[in-house]
Amino acid sequence: MNFEDYKGIWVYIEEQEGVIAPVSLELLGAGRQLADKRGVELAGVLIGNRVKHLSQTVFEYGADTVYVYDDPIFEHYRTEPYMYALLDCCQKHKPEVILYGATPTGKDLASAVATDLPTGLTADTTMLDIEEDTGLLLASRPAFGGNIMATILCKKYRPQMATVRPKVMKALKREPGRTGKVVEERIWLREEDVRTKVLEIVRETTKKVRIDEADIVVAGGKGLESKEGFQLIHQLADVLGGAVGASRDVVEAGWIDHHHQVGQTGVTVTPKIYFAIGISGAIQHLVGMQNSGLIIAINKDPHAPIFQACHYGIVGDAFEIVPLLIEHFKQALAHLNEAAVTEEEVRHA
Amino acid sequence: MLHVVACIKQVPDTKVIKMNPKTNTMDRASAPAILNPYDAHAVEEAVRLKKRYGGTVSVLTMGPPPAVKAIKKCIELGADEGYMISDRAFAGADTLATSYALTKALNKIATIKPIDLIICGKMTIDGDTGQVGPGIARRLDIPPLTSVKKIVEINKEQGYAIVHRKLEDGYEVVQSTLPCLFAVEKEINEVSFAPLPNMIKAARYQPHIWSVNDLEDVDRKQLGLKGSPTIVAKVWAPPKPEGGKLLEGIPEEQVKQLIGIVLEKKELFQGKGGVQ
Repeated sequence: MNFEDYKGIWVYIEEQEGVIAPVSLELLGAGRQLADKRGVELAGVLIGNRVKHLSQTVFEYGADTVYVYDDPIFEHYRTEPYMYALLDCCQKHKPEVILYGATPTGKDLASAVATDLPTGLTADTTMLDIEEDTGLLLASRPAFGGNIMATILCKKYRPQMATVRPKVMKALKREPGRTGKVVEERIWLREEDVRTKVLEIVRETTKKVRIDEADIVVAGGKGLESKEGFQLIHQLADVLGGAVGASRDVVEAGWIDHHHQVGQTGVTVTPKIYFAIGISGAIQHLVGMQNSGLIIAINKDPHAPIFQACHYGIVGDAFEIVPLLIEHFKQALAHLNEAAVTEEEVRHA
Repeated sequence: MLHVVACIKQVPDTKVIKMNPKTNTMDRASAPAILNPYDAHAVEEAVRLKKRYGGTVSVLTMGPPPAVKAIKKCIELGADEGYMISDRAFAGADTLATSYALTKALNKIATIKPIDLIICGKMTIDGDTGQVGPGIARRLDIPPLTSVKKIVEINKEQGYAIVHRKLEDGYEVVQSTLPCLFAVEKEINEVSFAPLPNMIKAARYQPHIWSVNDLEDVDRKQLGLKGSPTIVAKVWAPPKPEGGKLLEGIPEEQVKQLIGIVLEKKELFQGKGGVQ
């Protein structure tokens, strides 16, 4: 394998119903840094049906080139056609690095592509760097359930590939009008050659606040002792108008649904305020919330690692502190809103 | 009659694993070895399919000799046969080399009894990658279906399966040709308690154990450390954040201080809470 032939950093652009997944824009930001360090191009690979116009967005978030596979066969994500498109693109244009969002789709696609190329694939990366001279990708990720970090290299194969957790990297500020080169590609695959068919898509709209979009997340852990004890978390979240989060052991104990799990095997959140209550703060939890604006920890154990990761902490019993918080927040918020109303009235008077 | 093969792994229970704070290494002896929890759902689902359509459930694992215990656990859950590939040649495999070795074993199992369906858990709790399942499917050239949360129908006669694949905001109904590979979500089922006869069977059960020499057409360069493109270059303790300010005083005072800090972001709260 001649490494000289492989040039450029690529980001797989995940798209659904005409919308680019936020993680792909984040990866363009991360990819831009890697590309600049190496002095190479940053490209997006866009696969879908009627997606060509999205190239402009990809340029505005940092790409120099966009490879587009636009065909009705890509109407719904299916492993095989998407994989063949990416394999085709790799064969023609030979990138040195490909990044994918660590979403269900990104992981599915990356695993298949890595096997066929073949090459190495690092999962759920949370830190990326590249050696300027050799182009060796340094992909770091929490390992062993998040107890340690590992830096993983792929020295002997190209391209080097990684899936990257959503919400860990930062998208660049959009630069309207920024443009680049569109390369239109085709693969000669017929629908009857594809062995899977999407028969129906069922959207389940739920009322619940999505924790990855909430400004305030109140998360509870095993310190709440039982499903009943965990109700305190719901109550505080209600008062604050926030979403409920949970540690993995709480989800495994069945106190709350998996959608609420924050951390390595759950959701990454970046709220403006994060409450960690009765959560000890294993690294696997920390990687899921450490980019929150203001982190507040409440835990009985003064040595709990969460106190190293928070901005403010209270060492104390959740069953004592949280009811006090609920009561005082209710009062304080009533005041705040009264004051806001009064200000408004004064302004309009 | 279906032949379903579940691919499983014995893993250290990462929830209880302890770190040596001086060396930043894991004390593996501190963690009990368990059947990967996601794989228990895969085996459970295979057994449910057997009850629904009739047939055989086999489980396959790669690992050191003590991993026999994980196979016995699967027999307790209702699997009929257990296969294990165990050899120094497999050691140090990343996901690419693991899927290669498992595929060679699956080829051998298929010569004993043709395989209709392969089921894997969503991921392992030690590796956390979810890459081995799709890797096996690609190597066998069968469709991989990840994020499966419900199996609607398996129709062996007409050669298709219909499943629900979990999406972020719902699910999709997908039809695939058979054979294929599913990687299942844990919400697909609740793992049952093992009935006594299964436990007795499991205690006596001896799995088929194969070394690399028992497998056909193996390219040794693709096995173990040698066949693994990814290498772990460095293992390190996660960076310790600076640590927060602990609030002092009696609980009432701590809470008041905290509320003062939080309400500095008052724009987040306007129009919320308080008034009942």
